[in-house]
Amino acid sequence: MSNLVKIENGIAAVAADDWTLVQLPATQVEERKQAGKVVLFKLTGESTVTEEQIADTVIPATGKIIVPLSVFVERNNELASRIAQGEVGVWLATHELLEYLIQQQADLNVLPIIAVFVERFADGRIFSLGTLLRTRYGYKNELRAFGDVLRDQLFFLKRSGYTSFMIRKDRSATDAIASLNDFSKPYQGAVDEPKPVFRRYNRGA
Amino acid sequence: MYKYDEIDQQIVDERVAQYRDQVRRYLAGELSEDEFRPLRLQNGLYIQRHAPMLRIAVPYGMLSSKQLRKLGDIAKKYDRGYGHFSTRQNLQLNWPKLESTPDILAELATVEMHAIQTSGNCIRNITTDQFVGIAPDEVIDPRAIAEIMRQWSTFHPEFALLPRKFKIAVSGTQQDRAIVQAHDIGLEFYRDANNKVAIKVWVGGGLGRTPILGSVIREHLDWQHALTYCEAIIRVYNLHGRRDNMYKARIKILSKAIGINEFRNQVEAEWTHLKDGANTITEEELARVSKHFEAMPYENLPDQDAGFDAALANNPAFAAWAKRSIHPHKQPGYRAVTLSLKPHGSAPGDITSEQMWAVADLADEYSFGELRSSHEQNLILADVKLSDLFAVWEKAKAQGLATPNIGLLTDIICCPGGDFCSLANAKSIPIAKAIQMQFDDLDYLHDIGDIELNISGCMNACGHHHVGHIGILGVDKDGSEWYQVTIGGKQGNDASIGTVIGPSFSAEEMPGVIQKLIEVYIKERTPEERFIDTVRRLGAVPFKKHVYAKDEVSA
Ligand code: HEM
Ligand code: SF4
Repeated sequence: MSNLVKIENGIAAVAADDWTLVQLPATQVEERKQAGKVVLFKLTGESTVTEEQIADTVIPATGKIIVPLSVFVERNNELASRIAQGEVGVWLATHELLEYLIQQQADLNVLPIIAVFVERFADGRIFSLGTLLRTRYGYKNELRAFGDVLRDQLFFLKRSGYTSFMIRKDRSATDAIASLNDFSKPYQGAVDEPKPVFRRYNRGA
Repeated sequence: MYKYDEIDQQIVDERVAQYRDQVRRYLAGELSEDEFRPLRLQNGLYIQRHAPMLRIAVPYGMLSSKQLRKLGDIAKKYDRGYGHFSTRQNLQLNWPKLESTPDILAELATVEMHAIQTSGNCIRNITTDQFVGIAPDEVIDPRAIAEIMRQWSTFHPEFALLPRKFKIAVSGTQQDRAIVQAHDIGLEFYRDANNKVAIKVWVGGGLGRTPILGSVIREHLDWQHALTYCEAIIRVYNLHGRRDNMYKARIKILSKAIGINEFRNQVEAEWTHLKDGANTITEEELARVSKHFEAMPYENLPDQDAGFDAALANNPAFAAWAKRSIHPHKQPGYRAVTLSLKPHGSAPGDITSEQMWAVADLADEYSFGELRSSHEQNLILADVKLSDLFAVWEKAKAQGLATPNIGLLTDIICCPGGDFCSLANAKSIPIAKAIQMQFDDLDYLHDIGDIELNISGCMNACGHHHVGHIGILGVDKDGSEWYQVTIGGKQGNDASIGTVIGPSFSAEEMPGVIQKLIEVYIKERTPEERFIDTVRRLGAVPFKKHVYAKDEVSA
């Protein structure tokens, strides 16, 4: 059974997943970057994707696929016709830069799905990425969180613009749905409700 | 002070329900230790040496008598009958049971209180000056904006899991008392050339293992943009702050690594997208919240009272207390009073349930039912009539809350240290007690005058030792407890970080070391010169010389 929770027309439910996630092959060496380098995300010490990994990534010949950002950019020609048919989505890790995606694909709404991979649930970059995709880059289609996705982050993910959530395999997706409604009148404006509480309600003079 | 409406109440009620379910799932094994940790931390619950520690939020240090009474009740019912005021104006319970924390939160919610975001990697309780709203040198009362920011930062979805904790301080006075330069963001309110309320924004300050004073990221920000500008800063930090090493994860490390100019450029670029957006504060909202912080219904009084003057003249003990514990007030005929939580020989900041109830009564009788906590870990009655000061003193004295040591050497700022905290390198409370006993002579204390002594049990600097005129830091050497001493640290507009005087000392040596530092000061000071000024004038060398003169201590 699927562990995907999807919000459609404002209603959250466990849904079937019709996308195939394309993974990068594992690398031998993991690069650790130090602070103070020119490129900012290196400050955070994440590994980067190698040319070999991109070249060695196995892309299924047919069907709807979500490909890694680096593969989407570097092997875009190969994917062009499938992109045009709406069969290709993109996933990125929380340390990857949205600018990299935008340079390749200015109109993000060509993509039916963008997914963000969160390795550890405590990594809150996923919230800023969702917010930027929705508010800065005008992305309107399915935005999915996957990886270490647990129910106690769902409310924040929803507010940051995510509309589907691949709950970690060992947890119940059905139980998780309840957490989407932890708070009924959040204070601040965010993606799902841009107005802060003081613009939504008359709180008296 | 701010009173909840149904919306505020609903949020804390829903929080109780959410947290209760998280505890249930944890106890049922549905949440692992690692998964539960950030959840409980965002609710102020640490697992400590002896028991969990629960930190209760006191937004910008404001409390009503009803709230304090409730805190007294909670400490009695769920803890050992006392609580601890922290250097961030919050109240900590040292011995609650994990299983009862949901019930404690439910009780707190009945008096418009909570423990939301008092810990964890999120935006923490916003702090300010304990004399906010009444200080004669105040230009702007920042409490309304602080409350608007409290609401905005509560469960902010984008900033729920930052690289590290995030602390904001606000201040609207000429003399900074909120240490805005030692916070991740410091908002300094002032009136600009057009007499409009503006904000000078500081960023990247913080103590801990890499003490750094903040830099000005923006000289002038219109108050309407307080939220969106903070969003721009925190977004840049959230995306680019380090997450691989928790000791290098604060915003100060990022802004130092890329430089304040580059950091500013990134923030300003981000802000062009957020500026004037929906989170811009409206005039109406500011007016609505400001209503809660209007001046008290003061009587029209002369700024003199014959009874008070007579008591000062006739009662030396009262006069000694008055000199240290009474503070100027905007309103003629009124004063603010600091109740000392630093009696000699007990843990700084500790207060029993009985004392909490008594202070609540004092607030009701003499200070419009409100009080404040200070980052120096004392309590303040902000609006006391001159003619009531003597009665307040007598009642406070009966409760052990009138030690006349405010601002003096024994008004020590001290973290829980090795007695309670599992991160400690050394105990800190016994050092504070020993120093208080060494300097138990009040005349001597008054002669030494204004001085700040801060103690932290480890590098995390919960006791702000870097900005103490004298700072004491617990260090671990081959498994035993040692203390490193700094002098010349200071909070305020001309803040500075203290200099280490040399090799560290054992616990037994500490009172003597402090004694020697004071001796140099007494010998070298010019009339009217405070300890910190003497240190700044002479530098650390004469102090070092005297301290290490006879008994050299091995490193
Ligand atoms: C007993 C449990 C406590 C634990 C485990 C604890 C832990 C920590 C840690 C790890 C830090 C450093 C964070 C960093 O620099 O990134 C810190 C900082 C701090 N803590 Fe605590 N703390 C405790 C109690 C307290 C208490 C009781 C107070 C107030 C008296 C306090 C006030 C502070 C302050 C003001 C800082 C900030 C230093 C700065 O500006 O960087 N803490 N704490
Ligand atoms: S300074 Fe260190 S010992 Fe003291 S409370 Fe903070 S973490 Fe614990």
